[in-house]
Amino acid sequence: MPELRYIDAIRRALQEEMENDESIVILGEDVTLGGPFGATTGLADKFGVTRVRNTPISEGAVMGMAVGASLVGLRPIVEIMFVDFITLAMDQLVNHAAKLHYMSGGQLRVPLTVRVQGGISGGYGAHHSQSLEAWFLHVPGLKVVAPATASDAAGLLKSAIRDDNPVLFLEHRALYWTGGEVGEVIEPIIFGRAAIRRAGTDATVVAVSRMVPAALEAAERLEESGTSIEVIDPRTLAPLDLDTILESVRRTGRLVVAHEAVTVGGIGGEIAAQVQEVAFADLTGPVLRVGAPFAPVASSPVLEKLFAPGVDAIVDAVQRSLAFSRDGAPA
Amino acid sequence: MLPELGEDQLRELFQTMLVMRRFEEALITLAGEFDVGHFHVYIGQEATGAPALGLLEDGDFGFTTHRNHGHLLARGVDPARMMAEILGRETGTNQGKGGTLHLSSLEHGFPVTSAATGGCIPLATGAAFGFSKLGNRRVSVCLMGDGSLEEGAWHESVNIAALEKLPIIYLCENNSLEALGQRANEYPSSSMAASPLTGLAAVFGMPAVAIDGFDAGEVHDTMNIAIARARAGDGPTFIEARTVRWPGSRPLWPQLLTGELDLTIAWDETALPDEHVEWHRSQDGILRFTRELIEAGNLTPEQALEIDAGVKAQMKEAVQFALDSPYPPPEAALDHVYA
Repeated sequence: MPELRYIDAIRRALQEEMENDESIVILGEDVTLGGPFGATTGLADKFGVTRVRNTPISEGAVMGMAVGASLVGLRPIVEIMFVDFITLAMDQLVNHAAKLHYMSGGQLRVPLTVRVQGGISGGYGAHHSQSLEAWFLHVPGLKVVAPATASDAAGLLKSAIRDDNPVLFLEHRALYWTGGEVGEVIEPIIFGRAAIRRAGTDATVVAVSRMVPAALEAAERLEESGTSIEVIDPRTLAPLDLDTILESVRRTGRLVVAHEAVTVGGIGGEIAAQVQEVAFADLTGPVLRVGAPFAPVASSPVLEKLFAPGVDAIVDAVQRSLAFSRDGAPA
Repeated sequence: MLPELGEDQLRELFQTMLVMRRFEEALITLAGEFDVGHFHVYIGQEATGAPALGLLEDGDFGFTTHRNHGHLLARGVDPARMMAEILGRETGTNQGKGGTLHLSSLEHGFPVTSAATGGCIPLATGAAFGFSKLGNRRVSVCLMGDGSLEEGAWHESVNIAALEKLPIIYLCENNSLEALGQRANEYPSSSMAASPLTGLAAVFGMPAVAIDGFDAGEVHDTMNIAIARARAGDGPTFIEARTVRWPGSRPLWPQLLTGELDLTIAWDETALPDEHVEWHRSQDGILRFTRELIEAGNLTPEQALEIDAGVKAQMKEAVQFALDSPYPPPEAALDHVYA
C-alpha cells in the first residue's frame, strides 16, 4: 500500500469528497493558501475560491455562518486554525450547531465538519498547544473524532463530512508529517469502532491521538521486560466504543488511559468512570490516567517537554498498575 | 402611511397584525391561570413585523430572537401549534423540545429562534451565504433587537455579509425609543455608545436606514427595496425600525398593563383610556394602521371588528388545542440528540 503523510491523507480525503459532492465548501482563515500547515494546499486551484473560501479572522461568525449554510443545503467544512481559537466560536458550536436538531424537534440537520489541529509541539506556547477534546464530549449533539494514523485521518474525515451531525475533527499537529499506509481507495470509517493497535494480555492502554504511537513504543519497551500490553485507539471519542475497551479490560484486569490533554477533567476520567461502573469486578487495580500536568503549556522547549506525556509516562503507569493487587499483596 | 398594496392585501396585513396581538394577549391571560414559564411578547412591533415578513417568498428564510412569536405568526405558522410548543406539548412546532425560546418551523422558512443574544446573526448570514453559493435568489432576513448590536457576532457577521455581498436584510427592531439613555439624548439604544445605530452598518458600505417602526407603509417600502437589492445580488441592507417597548413588557413578566387592544379607540376618541394615553394615541402600530385603513376607505369599523372577532375565536381555539394536547412521552427526551 502506498505511504502517505497524515496531512496529505487529510488533503486527499478533502479532495475526493469535494469531487463527489458539490455542496461541500471549505471555510477558514487562509485556506486558499493551504492553511498554516498545508492541509488545504491546492484545493482552491482545483475547486475555485468559491468553494474554498478565505474568511476574515472571525471564528464565531464563520462557525455560525457554516451552521446557517448547512441549514440551506451546503455541507460546510470549517477550519479553525488552532483548536485554542475555538473558544471564540463556542456559542455557535455548542449552543447552535450541537442543539439545533434537538431543539427543532428533528426539523433541522447540521451537516458540519469542524477541522482543527492542536496538541503540543514546536514551542508554540499556551495559545497554540492545547488538547480540548473533553470540553466537547460534554456537549450532547456533537461528535468528536481524533485520528492517530494517516489512514484513519482520511477514512474518518470522509465519514465526518458525510455525517448529518456536527463533527469536531481533531488533528494532532505533531502527527502531520508522520507517514502511514493508506489504501488506494479510501473507505469511510464508521464512527464508534475502536482499533486494537496491538494485542496484549497483562494490561490495557487506551491511547488517544498522538498517545497511540507513544503507547505502541511503550509496548515494545515493556515487552522487553516480559509485560504484554494491549493498545486500544478509540479513534472517535463521541461516540466512544466502550464495548471494545470493556472486552479488553475483562481480559487484562488493568487499564491505563493516556491522552495529551490536562489529566484533570480529561477523557481519562470519563473512561475510568464508565469502565468501573460496569466492570468493577473485573478490575485488578485502579484505572490510571496519563495526561498533562495542571498548568498552561509553557513555551520553553525544556518546559514544554514536561507537558507532553510520552513513552516514559505510559511505561510508568503500566508498571504502577501492575503493582496493584486485589488482596493488598504485591502482584 | 399605508403600504402600496391592494385592498385585500391590506386587510390581510391587518388580520396578521391582529393575530400577532391576540396571540400574545391570549398567552399572557393563560399565564395568569397556568404556569407557562417565562416568555417575551411581540406587542408593539406588529406594524414592523407584519409588513416586513409579508414580503418574503416561499424558500426565503428568517432567523429570529427571543421576541419571536410575532415573526413566526407573520409567516403563517399555526398559532395552535405555537401555543402547544410554548406549553411544552407533543403537538408543538418543535414537539415540545424548543419552547418559546426556540420556536421553529422549517416549512415556513423559520429554522431557528436563538435565545443567545445575537446568536442568529451568524446563522442568518450563513443561510445567505448558502443561498448565494447555490445561486437560488433566496434571501435571508435576520430579525434582531438593538441589544444584539452589542455582541461581537454582529460586527463579524456584517463584515462578511458586506465582503461577500450576501442576500441578507438585517432588520433591527430597536424598541428602546423611550429608554433612559435615549430620552437623555445620550444613547440611541439601551446600552450602546454608537450613534446613530445605522452607523454600525453604514461603515461597511451598505445601505443603512432608520425608519419609523410604527409605520407599516414605511416598513413595507424600505423592506421591499432591501429585498430587491438582495435578490439582485447587490448585497445586504441594514434597517433600524424604531419602536417603543410596550409598557406591559417592562415588568419582568409580561402584563396587560394597557389592557387588551380595543379597536374602537381607532375611530372613537371617547373610548381612549385615561392611562397610557401616548401608547393608545400614537404608539400602538395596530391602532395607527387601523386609523389609516379606515381613513383611506379600505376598511370600515364594522369590518375591523368582524375580522377581529374571527381572530379572537382562532386564538381561543389555539389555547384549547394546546391545553388539550398531550405532553411528550418521557422517552422523547432522548430523541433527536443526533440526526
